[in-house]
Amino acid sequence: MSEKVLMKGNEALAEAAIMAGCKHYLGYPITPQTEIAAYMSKRLPKIDGGVFLQAESEVAAVNMLIGVASTGKRAMTSSSSPGISLKSEGISYLAGCDLPALIVNVQRGGPGLGGIQPSQSDYFQATRGLGHGDFHLMVLAPASVQEMVDLVFKGFDLAEKYRVPAMILSDGTMGQMMEPVSLDAGVINNYDKSWALTGTKGERKPNIVNSLYLKPEELEVKNMERFERYAQIEKNEVMYEEYKMDDAEICIVAFGVAARVSQNAIDIARQQGIKVGMIRPITLWPFPKDALYEAAKKVKAFISVELNMGQMVEDIQLATKCTREVLLCNRVGGMIPTTENVLDKINEAVKLGGVK
Amino acid sequence: MDSRNLTTKRITVFAGHYGSGKTNVAVNYALWLKEKESYVSVADLDIVNPYFRTKDSQKMLENNKIRLISSEFAGSNVDTPALPGEIYSVFADKSQHAVLDVGGDDRGALALGRYVPLILEENNYEVLFVINKYRFLTKDAKSTIEVMREIEEASKIKFTAIVNNSNIGEETKEDDVLSSVSYANEVSELSGLDIKMTTVKRSLFGTLNNEIKNLQPIDLYVRQSWLREEQK
Repeated sequence: MSEKVLMKGNEALAEAAIMAGCKHYLGYPITPQTEIAAYMSKRLPKIDGGVFLQAESEVAAVNMLIGVASTGKRAMTSSSSPGISLKSEGISYLAGCDLPALIVNVQRGGPGLGGIQPSQSDYFQATRGLGHGDFHLMVLAPASVQEMVDLVFKGFDLAEKYRVPAMILSDGTMGQMMEPVSLDAGVINNYDKSWALTGTKGERKPNIVNSLYLKPEELEVKNMERFERYAQIEKNEVMYEEYKMDDAEICIVAFGVAARVSQNAIDIARQQGIKVGMIRPITLWPFPKDALYEAAKKVKAFISVELNMGQMVEDIQLATKCTREVLLCNRVGGMIPTTENVLDKINEAVKLGGVK
Repeated sequence: MDSRNLTTKRITVFAGHYGSGKTNVAVNYALWLKEKESYVSVADLDIVNPYFRTKDSQKMLENNKIRLISSEFAGSNVDTPALPGEIYSVFADKSQHAVLDVGGDDRGALALGRYVPLILEENNYEVLFVINKYRFLTKDAKSTIEVMREIEEASKIKFTAIVNNSNIGEETKEDDVLSSVSYANEVSELSGLDIKMTTVKRSLFGTLNNEIKNLQPIDLYVRQSWLREEQK
């Protein structure tokens, strides 16, 4: 393990992308992710072949991302909630073109311009509707500065392995907080990129990267094939972490900053003799359905802790086939649930009965 | 901090690399100043950092009868890099001692420039360069000096001394601080600036006090409760 350094989440994520071989960053500033663009603007010009480009808008940035990604090079764009909405059209095109690329959302409050304080209210957008058409993104949710690094490597890897766009769904706290971090290089696999636009040199037929299909039969086949890959992702790439679940009678489900607060609350509740644990989804899509289904056989209730109006609740209900009550502990608008908020909800779950 | 060996000027400016710990050192310095001076102000000149600001210490500063001058937008949802006009009172009313907390890097230091003619004219100031070896972009003396030059160019004022605030957050151990001494010395040599003090979290002060010259204990004020180290 390399010597630790002290970094902001946004900086660590940017440095990790460079270490992962991303030499192309196309972006546009927006709080609270601006440090990513600022960091890239200082670092990339010093790297051989490095390109930092502040586009004229988010729409331009994501279209430049499509351009770089179609050459098979690792490329990244980042923004915060309103900017991601602007990029959504291009993200749909990335999916339609089967292009690997990394998109980072350092979430802030919404809807509309909302505010600059942290939020998790783009859960639906990231896991369901980031753009038109039938498609999914790989969605990775870091809960520490270290994971901001590790999941960048993971995100690029999975994007290339399955030829899908991947998203780091972070939030303002993850982006702004400073923690010690080891900048260890993750695995960089060499996946087949024979599809990439690298110039035929007169030696092969031109490759075509495109999302437009003139024949509906062709487009149908294309979509079916893509969903076979999605099924593989759901089967092979689910990531989650369990915390004190062995004897748990209440299961908290939380990701990102909400998981950090929840962990503190669990430790306090345990001291009071309440058997509560946590399943922390690291991939939000694919969602850890099987882990929650298994947990439902043991626990009496679930608590979803989120910085939104309860966008993950339905995923928990679906995963557990509505066999257990799912309570919601949430704060919105840039507010963060406190340890006390979570403890109150744990006590409410205890009162549901069946819990010692 | 305590007052041994520390001389003070009427205006003390803290600047440095983004995330080097300027704000926390500045807040500690103001509290220490307040022990010897009756009228102390802290001016938040940070126009780049959206979340962790002197404003977070407002109550604590007010309880200690220290005046905080900060944008009314700091800590709110208004994403406006504004500075309040009240900052000029620091230069107009010379009965006070003032601590200026400047934003990180050259981008943050740009905001200091407008006050520099007033600072130079009065000529009763210090500009302290806060350094941290454990920040990735200032991990060696050479890159630290680069950041220093960029800040000086943007702010149009030269640093007068160094504050070695090398730390790796709550994980900081004695060895981490000790091994930062040679780094700080090298920055001092390359820049020609003295090390005014080395700052450490209070729990390490006792054991390190005899090892490092001008060591000052500091407390952590700008951290939020949800940032605390996770219990493992």
